[in-house]
Amino acid sequence: MTETIIHMEDVHKYFGRVHALRGISLDVQVGEVVVILGPSGSGKSTLLRCINHLEVYNSGKIMVDGILLKSAQNINAVRQEVGMVFQSFNLFSHLTAIENLTLAQRTVRKRERQEAEEIALKLLAKVGITDKADCYPSQLSGGQQQRVAIARALAMNPKIMLFDEPTSALDPEMIKEVLDVMLALAKEGMTMLVVSHEMGFARAAASRCIFMDEGQIIEQGTPDKLFSSPSQERTRVFLSKVLQL
Amino acid sequence: MALGGRFRNLGRALSRRPTGTEEPVPSQEELNRVPGAELSSRLDPWWWLVAAVAILIVLLLIFKSDPYWRILLFVRDGLAITVLLTVVSFVFIIILGLVGGLGRIAKNPVIHLVATLYVEIVRGVPLLVQLIWWYFAAPVVIQSLGQALHISALANYRANAILLAIVGLVVCYGAYMAEICRAGIQSIHKGQMEASRSLGMTYLQSMRYIILPQALRVVLPPVGNEFIMLLKDTSLVSVVAVADLTRRGREFMAAHFNPIEVWTLIALVYLIMTLFSARLISWLEKRRSY
Repeated sequence: MTETIIHMEDVHKYFGRVHALRGISLDVQVGEVVVILGPSGSGKSTLLRCINHLEVYNSGKIMVDGILLKSAQNINAVRQEVGMVFQSFNLFSHLTAIENLTLAQRTVRKRERQEAEEIALKLLAKVGITDKADCYPSQLSGGQQQRVAIARALAMNPKIMLFDEPTSALDPEMIKEVLDVMLALAKEGMTMLVVSHEMGFARAAASRCIFMDEGQIIEQGTPDKLFSSPSQERTRVFLSKVLQL
Repeated sequence: MALGGRFRNLGRALSRRPTGTEEPVPSQEELNRVPGAELSSRLDPWWWLVAAVAILIVLLLIFKSDPYWRILLFVRDGLAITVLLTVVSFVFIIILGLVGGLGRIAKNPVIHLVATLYVEIVRGVPLLVQLIWWYFAAPVVIQSLGQALHISALANYRANAILLAIVGLVVCYGAYMAEICRAGIQSIHKGQMEASRSLGMTYLQSMRYIILPQALRVVLPPVGNEFIMLLKDTSLVSVVAVADLTRRGREFMAAHFNPIEVWTLIALVYLIMTLFSARLISWLEKRRSY
């Protein structure tokens, strides 16, 4: 019944002499929502960025949806199936919200303009910003920009969504509107990997939490188990710092 | 449903956030307002300077038609050459600059080396010396090559002053334009490239649809600057047998010896062209604000 969609095996990654990932092995099943926690510099973002090859891993093996991440052709095939949401939104600033959603649909998915726009409007409605379809990113608030960025990734019909600290650059009152969209996605059964320190989101949506430190997975489990009775000292120390906030 | 329970937890977790202290939401009209856009709807006041210089020229031509009108009639073919040199060179400068700029940021070490050598060498030699080299030295080089390789078309090469002037201007200005293009591309946040690549777009698609359109806005002021400098620097070709505006002015002065009128009018003609170009560039910049 469960089907593995991401398979990582002993993945190592170096930035020059810095050993950023030290033997990551991880399997993610279809429909799982995995929240990755860990201190700054622990390799969480690097792990995420290796999955769609924004970072090239040095050794080991990563398979996404049965495709081995290796040659350039595979990489574009994988990237079409993997949506990514960035901490700094990275909306295309010279395009309106709706154009942000249609560009890749037309150039990569080769959809006609009308079809692409219909899909875009549907997704903008889903993230609750239909009325801003013709606004440029500079005219949107951070929360609105991030919701457009999520819609942009969804427009490619990805099988997996990666979220790299999606709420870290947001003002507190805007975090909820972005998390609500993510929760709705999780509820629909989207496979999600989320690097985030939003404990509320982890508790509500995560099927599994992973704690990373110094490029390794220290421990993992359901959010309840990880938060209430961590087995590792490092996890306990980290959580005590994060949870008391 | 089990999931429902989890969501209730989240609701509680989130309700602790200070949602009640929200700033008043700006109206759609306010959000749509782009800073500086108010100016572009009105006429740019600097157009008045263009108009003033134009009026001054017209007044001189009407009320002092001797010698001003005679000078203008004499130099008009030179004016056409100046405009032709500027426009044709600029088109090729843009192309060469774009290629050079992409070469300067290329990961391939050979391409990078060639582009960097080109920029460094060309930037280091005065434009006047380059123009003289192309006109006096290059034809001899071509002829010698033709003789050595027994290619009669090259061996019998006759210098075409205008063509060699354009080559000289393009090669020189292309190097500066390459640096402008490189800086423009590098000024775009790397997240833009990451976002487009993560959507499955190729490097070239990302460049074409994402990076270059944004870089264009950044480079428009320096590119406009280059255009105005080029327009003025075409006057240097007058030393290599091209009958441009400056050279025709010198010819008129040699025949009639009235330096004040000739060089005042020539200066005003250059000035009206550069002022007009500057306004066009400024209009383009405002049109591209987002």
